[in-house]
Amino acid sequence: MAALLVAEHDNKSLKEATAKAMSAALKLGGPVDILVAGSGVKAVADAAAKIAGAGKVLLADDPQYANQLAEPMAALILELAGKYDAIVTSASASGKNYMPRVAAALDVPQLSEIVSVDGPDIFTRPIYAGNAMAQVQTPSGAKKVITVRTTAFKPAELTGSASVEAIGAAKNPGVSEFVREELSKSERPELAAAKIIISGGRGMQSGENFHMLEKVADRLKAGVGASRAAVDAGFVPNDYQVGQTGKVVAPELYIAVGISGAIQHLAGMKDSKVIVAINKDEEAPIFQVADYGLVADLFKAIPELDDELKKQGY
Amino acid sequence: MKVLVPIKRVVDFNVKIRVKPDQTGVDLANVKMSMNPFDEIAIEEAIRLKEKGSATEIIAVSIGPQEAQETIRTALAMGADRGILVKAGQDVEPLAVAKILAAIAKIENPSLIILGKQAIDDDSNQTGQMLAALLGWAQGTFASKVVIADGKAEVTREVDGGLQTVRLTLPAIVTTDLRLNEPRYASLPNIMKAKKKPIDMKAPEDYGVDATPRLKVLKVTEPPKRKAGVKVKSVQELVDKLKNEAGVI
Ligand SMILES: Cc1cc2nc3c(=O)[nH]c(=O)nc-3n(C[C@H](O)[C@H](O)[C@H](O)COP(=O)(O)OP(=O)(O)OC[C@H]3O[C@@H](n4cnc5c(N)ncnc54)[C@H](O)[C@@H]3O)c2cc1C
Ligand SMILES: Nc1ncnc2c1ncn2[C@@H]1O[C@H](COP(=O)(O)O)[C@@H](O)[C@H]1O
Repeated sequence: MAALLVAEHDNKSLKEATAKAMSAALKLGGPVDILVAGSGVKAVADAAAKIAGAGKVLLADDPQYANQLAEPMAALILELAGKYDAIVTSASASGKNYMPRVAAALDVPQLSEIVSVDGPDIFTRPIYAGNAMAQVQTPSGAKKVITVRTTAFKPAELTGSASVEAIGAAKNPGVSEFVREELSKSERPELAAAKIIISGGRGMQSGENFHMLEKVADRLKAGVGASRAAVDAGFVPNDYQVGQTGKVVAPELYIAVGISGAIQHLAGMKDSKVIVAINKDEEAPIFQVADYGLVADLFKAIPELDDELKKQGY
Repeated sequence: MKVLVPIKRVVDFNVKIRVKPDQTGVDLANVKMSMNPFDEIAIEEAIRLKEKGSATEIIAVSIGPQEAQETIRTALAMGADRGILVKAGQDVEPLAVAKILAAIAKIENPSLIILGKQAIDDDSNQTGQMLAALLGWAQGTFASKVVIADGKAEVTREVDGGLQTVRLTLPAIVTTDLRLNEPRYASLPNIMKAKKKPIDMKAPEDYGVDATPRLKVLKVTEPPKRKAGVKVKSVQELVDKLKNEAGVI
């Protein structure tokens, strides 16, 4: 069963999500080729060639793929789809955007955000914000179109040396164009890759107050996240949101500050290895999933935490 | 400009669902059901386009059991003009939903179809993109801003690194994200008025679509539970535990 894995990147570097999705793709049991579609992405393709298990890397280097727009991306993948039994990518904002388009054009269902491959055609995926896990079987003989929840898979090793083969662009459907992007700039690790994440909720009261969390984050080399309430209130940008409808993260350590622990938030972080909750309400549901709970006013606790870490040399 | 808004009746977002002991699914008996929150945002956006004069008619479509009629009534009370209920089970998959919607789009010729980005029951996040593929239209998913001008839709999208803006040729598909707008509540007079608005009753067969699920659900189970943790008394104790007990810092 041959699979095509579509790489996740920003034209400059390959995201670790690709090596994680590779682990899922390899479990399908067949050879896996990687597609790198972007603009000026030779270096990305070379990085993808190092992912162990890659048969070959297909490189589609063309300006129309620079922003991963769904229409041209789907058109390209569909051109290649004939040779593969499965098409796989990480469940990132961009994978979620183009992949269902590919599935519908192939007249097959899409398996969204799988967390395990239980057999060549059997998969488990969370439903109801992760409050239930559905194990589903795909119709026999049908192509599989899959997005992978990368927090559930370890990255494949980077010991490979696949060949890179340039391929031409597909015809652009020409119905969409890129206008601009406003990307949040941060020196801190991005949420998908961070080993430690400290998130703030409505209890933070303002964007200004997030600086307290950032100070702690810098000591721990952590990423900074947020609840929906904090994003809706404008404290921090949308890409900070952790949860059912935001980012799903599973760091070594997740520190929730002034977050009540609504199921939609838990859906995005409850697979973290160690969870810390700091909340002044001892009844807050977040304490039910926390390994270590501190009932305290965050405006007192966070500066103290910063001091204590500093004292201990962080 | 006609706007089509597909809305799904789902378990209310406040409900903590229970998995059936026989592992066949989630227990939906006597559970509060509501309009999928993202679809409320979709209806609200359509109404705002109408108030601005860009949209002329708003059609709310739901595919599901008879009770989904209530969901359509809610949309009509918010300000949609008419409804279509395609009667089917609760478990119609996104691909079949998209096929039914594509057939309706060919009859109604809307310039814009606004869907939610994700139904909070199946968490698929597929239907809008699939519909765009079936119709060959452009898609602006996860929208936090939509501007219609000169036969185009300029859509600002919530992406992993921030925001991306795309310009789409109409007709097009938009799927809503949380920050697009804050949906209104229906006023009492509007709830009364909505009772008189028409709802067409249809079936998947009317559109030549087989709505039988393609994926076989083998079992539905509870996720692994986390072990209960401990309360610490001070920040010092917390740091000590993280360092020496958990070893994560
Ligand atoms: C369709 C849909 C999708 C959603 N998706 C998401 C999602 O992806 N992610 C997400 O996070 N939410 C999501 N939500 C929202 C979710 O339901 C909650 O509303 C949200 O998570 C609440 O955020 P919060 O915990 O910051 O705010 P609140 O629930 O208001 O909690 C604030 C907490 O801060 C504590 N606090 C206040 N002041 C202090 C202080 N001085 N010191 C210490 N503690 C303090 C309070 O005790 C309280 O527990 C979604 C909702 C819907 C309907
Ligand atoms: N049964 C349905 N009836 C009407 N609209 C639906 C239905 N299922 C999905 N949708 C629409 O598609 C969006 C995304 O759903 P999903 O792809 O299932 O996550 C929803 O927010 C609705 O706008």
